[in-house]
Amino acid sequence: MQLSNRSKKMVVKPMTLKERMYLPAIAAGLGITIKHFFRKKPTIRYPEVKREFSPVFRGLHVLKRDDLGRERCTACGLCAVACPAEAITMISAERKKGEEGLYREEKYAEVYEINMLRCIFCGLCEHACPKAAIYLQPDVMAPAFYSREEVIYGKDRLVENADKRANAGLDRVNGVRKLS
Amino acid sequence: MDYNLATAAAAPDKELVHYVNELTTINLGPTHPATHGVFQNVLKMDGEKIVSADTTVGYIHRAFEKLAEHRPLYQITPITDRLNYCSSPINNMGWHMTVEKLLGVQVPKRAQYIRVIMMELARISDHIICNSILGVDTGAFTGFLYVFQMREKIYEIYEEICGTRLTTNMGRLGGMERDLNERAITKLRAFLKEFPVVLQEFIDLFERNRIFMDRTLGVGAISAEMALNYGFTGPNLRAAGVDYDVRVNEPYSSYEDFKFEIPVGTIGCTYDRFLVRNEEMWQSVSIIQQALDNLPNDGFAADAEHYYLPPKQEVYRSMEALIYHFKIVMGEIDAPVGEVYHSVEGGNGELGFYLVSDGGRAPYRLHFRRPCFIYYQAYPEMIKDMVLSDAIVLLSSMNVIAGELDG
Ligand code: SF4
Ligand code: SF4
Repeated sequence: MQLSNRSKKMVVKPMTLKERMYLPAIAAGLGITIKHFFRKKPTIRYPEVKREFSPVFRGLHVLKRDDLGRERCTACGLCAVACPAEAITMISAERKKGEEGLYREEKYAEVYEINMLRCIFCGLCEHACPKAAIYLQPDVMAPAFYSREEVIYGKDRLVENADKRANAGLDRVNGVRKLS
Repeated sequence: MDYNLATAAAAPDKELVHYVNELTTINLGPTHPATHGVFQNVLKMDGEKIVSADTTVGYIHRAFEKLAEHRPLYQITPITDRLNYCSSPINNMGWHMTVEKLLGVQVPKRAQYIRVIMMELARISDHIICNSILGVDTGAFTGFLYVFQMREKIYEIYEEICGTRLTTNMGRLGGMERDLNERAITKLRAFLKEFPVVLQEFIDLFERNRIFMDRTLGVGAISAEMALNYGFTGPNLRAAGVDYDVRVNEPYSSYEDFKFEIPVGTIGCTYDRFLVRNEEMWQSVSIIQQALDNLPNDGFAADAEHYYLPPKQEVYRSMEALIYHFKIVMGEIDAPVGEVYHSVEGGNGELGFYLVSDGGRAPYRLHFRRPCFIYYQAYPEMIKDMVLSDAIVLLSSMNVIAGELDG
């Protein structure tokens, strides 16, 4: 049947005598294998050598602090709304007097949990956050785990270390560093 | 003798009953490695010959259509990733285009070209998997190993574009989430240089190999008429000789700008499907080349503040952007009431999205037209009177992917 004028018929030619004999094909196949034997190895020795990730890789989450070391998250809940896997839960609290050095906004997340068993690393929470608080790190992956408790990441493991800041990768607009 | 089991049950003929009782029942799947996915086939075998087959679907049914009824439109993209997971970007883009059709958003040319590049890469990776696994099933492991390195390269390009490799969640409603960057373009160019060499080597290994030809030529043929009756599309229909390709017959995302041919086969046998897929990879390489060379420069996202998330820098500073940001993330966009159907040429065939909107934040009803589901319906009829090993080869040459089969 002809529906357009762009079709290209694939014709099957009958086998030639050389093709009908098994041996030349086997030799040719073996030749290719031997050729590959002397090529550069495409594999890497994983734990010792690591592949470079792209700067936009969607790895493990981090809750960022601002330059003064205060937590950025204001518990607005947008990330939890945006999460298609319903992996994020949080409880908000009001900042008390004297805590201005800890939390950037007047409201903050007292509890913030991501269930990594549910998370599909889609990155929608990062797209949703209006406070530049949650990012998927481009150089850290969610590690393997042995018990269910280990999979629910609380603030203790999500909030970045004030001395050792996490890499947030590159922003949507080409080449611009993310707000950190 | 008439091997029809239905007749045997209706009119018990002694000889026939005896024959039926002598048949062996074999479960092909759901966890058999030869099925390449979780689906079951209960086969009745007379020795090596298949007398009848009974298919079961639903082993990884995840109720995507129902899930989608509770999700805002943008959150359905990660669901589509998991349909045909060998070519996720096509599913993502198809869904974005469906929603854009509903909302009436015009996507700039550059975004359309980037989408074309990603969709063709996905098609290549899908065909690589299908054809090389076909090799594995016929006993040729070598080709599989070498050509699979190229799939790795494709995944690295995905990673530069969207940040991950398999379940991509690529792009957004109204365009891409970021522009093609230098790293991605370098990797793309390198891929375009390397891939033809590897593909040619793969074709040299298989296409005229006697063992491979003996196993596939004329096996599992399906006539154009039967294929059309079942609703076949994509490479499986084209192998039967019908040049139906959504990219040509119903162009989307600027496919009309590119020059390419539709390979068609003759009798729709496994070998024809193999040839068609190989040729499609060549065509895809040429499409990517054309798109990359003529990449327009009019932005990677639509100018649609109601639907496309504003740039983050503005969200942090401007009130207006923040309001739009909240509205979009909460899913409170004003979707019109109506229904749309949009289909794209997926790796496996026509992947359609039928979306009914009642104006709410989630679809009222969403249906995915999943080509694999349709192919699998024809499978029992196609493998009748075939030997078991041919049936396995036929299954992998139809490229039935469990995720797309069950939805
Ligand atoms: S990456 Fe996706 S699934 Fe994971 S927490 Fe964020 S929004 Fe949820
Ligand atoms: S991480 Fe961002 S989006 Fe989530 S609650 Fe905190 S401020 Fe809101």
